[in-house]
Amino acid sequence: MLRRALWLGWGRGLLGLGLGTRRGVSTLEWDGKVSEIKKKIQSVIPGGAWNPLYDTSHLPPEHSDVVIVGGGVLGLSVAYWLKRLEKQRGAIKVLVVERDHTYSQASTVLSVGGIRQQFSLPENIQLSLFSVEFLRNINEYLAVVDDPPLDLRFNPSGYLFLASEKGAATMENNVKVQRQEGAKVCLMSPEQLRNKFPWINTEGVALASYGFVSSSDRTETPSGEEVILKKIHEVHVKVDHSQEYQPVECAIVVNTAGAWSGQIAELAGIGKGPPGTLQGTKLPVEPRKRYVYLWHCPQGPGLEAPLLADPSGAYFRRDGLGNNYLGGCSPTAEEEPDPRNLEVDHDFFQDKVWPLLAQRVPAFETLKVKSAWAGYYDYNTFDQNGVVGPHPLVVNMYFATGFSGHGLQQAPAVGRAVAEMVLEGRFQTIDLSPFLFSRFYLGEKAQEHCII
Amino acid sequence: MVAPRTSLRLVAPVWNRGAGSIRGLSRAVDPEGSQRKERTLFQFLADRFYDVAALREYMLQKQVLKVHQKNRSFTYIKERYGPYVAGAHFILKQGGAVKFQDKEWMRSSGRGLSSLEFWEFRAVPIEAVDASGCAINYQGLDHLLALKELQSLSLRCCPHVDDWCLSRLHPLADSLQELSLAGCPRISERGLACLHHLRNLRRLDISHLPAVSNPGLTQILVEEMLPNCEVLGAGWAQGLKLGLEEQSQDTASSPIPA
Repeated sequence: MLRRALWLGWGRGLLGLGLGTRRGVSTLEWDGKVSEIKKKIQSVIPGGAWNPLYDTSHLPPEHSDVVIVGGGVLGLSVAYWLKRLEKQRGAIKVLVVERDHTYSQASTVLSVGGIRQQFSLPENIQLSLFSVEFLRNINEYLAVVDDPPLDLRFNPSGYLFLASEKGAATMENNVKVQRQEGAKVCLMSPEQLRNKFPWINTEGVALASYGFVSSSDRTETPSGEEVILKKIHEVHVKVDHSQEYQPVECAIVVNTAGAWSGQIAELAGIGKGPPGTLQGTKLPVEPRKRYVYLWHCPQGPGLEAPLLADPSGAYFRRDGLGNNYLGGCSPTAEEEPDPRNLEVDHDFFQDKVWPLLAQRVPAFETLKVKSAWAGYYDYNTFDQNGVVGPHPLVVNMYFATGFSGHGLQQAPAVGRAVAEMVLEGRFQTIDLSPFLFSRFYLGEKAQEHCII
Repeated sequence: MVAPRTSLRLVAPVWNRGAGSIRGLSRAVDPEGSQRKERTLFQFLADRFYDVAALREYMLQKQVLKVHQKNRSFTYIKERYGPYVAGAHFILKQGGAVKFQDKEWMRSSGRGLSSLEFWEFRAVPIEAVDASGCAINYQGLDHLLALKELQSLSLRCCPHVDDWCLSRLHPLADSLQELSLAGCPRISERGLACLHHLRNLRRLDISHLPAVSNPGLTQILVEEMLPNCEVLGAGWAQGLKLGLEEQSQDTASSPIPA
């Protein structure tokens, strides 16, 4: 080790002197070399950071306990809770890797930003309830000394779900489940709806709900086949627009890459196997493009407008004080747009969204679209609910993805659940076992009915 | 975030040695006594940067806990003497004032109700609450929401009342007629949008709300939202008046050619 340090010090000294002085002069600057050798030895001794020949401070570190792939709201939430729930200060080293620091395509920044508690699965309701509580007390969770208090610009106007005759019974059942879990929801009849919000056309509405948000070694399956467990040792983090990459040695990888989680899972070898087996079960998360339109309607609903979700799938909310509204509609399976780019289709608004909106809110017959954008849903093609927890075969990959449009509203709670899974090995506060990966292989759908 | 920390660790020991030598120098040379004290205090604090940071975080957490403690729920009093007594005790302990039905305003400077008053007022509904300046927050509103006959509520200059608290006021919709939110630093127009549930509201005061982005426009929208309510606010003509003043200034500055 000493010899290696000496050799490196010699090499550094030569480089420092420059090419011109290589030939001829054999007298070296002894003092400079000695101090460099001392510094090298000091850094090699355990406890110091090893400084290679060149400066790598712009690259990620070589070792990290947890690597989180994807720096959207879910990835950052997992990172926050990991650091918050660790037993000692500085016990866990977390590295969040995000390929686009401008977040130009990230679903987090392009989302409409609605939070609701009107779900059909109790776990989803619990996740939303905790997330709402987190956002309400965000200044206690994320307070920094000397910084001004955070302003989320949150509109607590509520979420209004409308149901036609067909969906009324389901909505009543869902409201019962929601009330059981502790969400504050109230059911309204069409007359009450007209009294409260006179700008709604209640034709076709029967009911409305207003809501004031692995591992062991080799195992053998019962049939006696051998199951091979894999472990991720290194994550190669490549720097943008450059040939440099840093192999980061890690213990746990968390996949929170959103719409691109399927690709990340394939990189880890999930899904490479004969179909129908656990090795061959892919992560069924794929990107789906959704459009959001911003329009101006001078006679539209006033300050009290909640986020309204029509039974036909169209939704809108008020944005700011100038009679501007944000909204959209989920396309049917035949109309799914091409997810390869984020181009906006304005004809979709003209043909599909506007008629539905105008039918529900007659004031919207005169409106002017001011702008539009598109974003990705990390759509779970299996049951449109998130995937949380470890993979049964790749023992150190955890998932927190696939939320199909309600990831932003459940992010704080899901981050806490994944942090608990990583640190304790089980879910402690909210039990998300219906959302584990194994359900894809076993075929047990955790179907969510209230999807927008 | 590994790199900045290591660099600090590398820098700090060097600086300490330098600081030690400066201190040694100053002791040898002996300059002004106060100057030396300032420098050593600053260096003392700067050497212990992380300790000072941890101390400040601890103090911040203590402040937060203090507000939580003030807003704890008085379940025993509520079960034993009823919601009116619990609500009155809470408000009086925070320094506010309470008016029971057919009685005078009561203010008790932080001592709450006495045990005699507990017994006396256990079935008397509360008509009006003045919680100006109290450290009431979302949790503390529990006490107020149980007062079903509350007619007048004043939350002037409450530092912890924000939009979420306003979204919680809807159980008082049947009885509340007067509400004052003047001077609350955390209320914005998004919270005011939740007031449309209070259909019996007759007087609403939303003046001097610093977090509202457009006070004149907000007042117009709130007036539209609550047609039966008299809204006291910034005044829709505020922006207009400013424009007129600017206009007169312009005509004064540019002299009319004679």
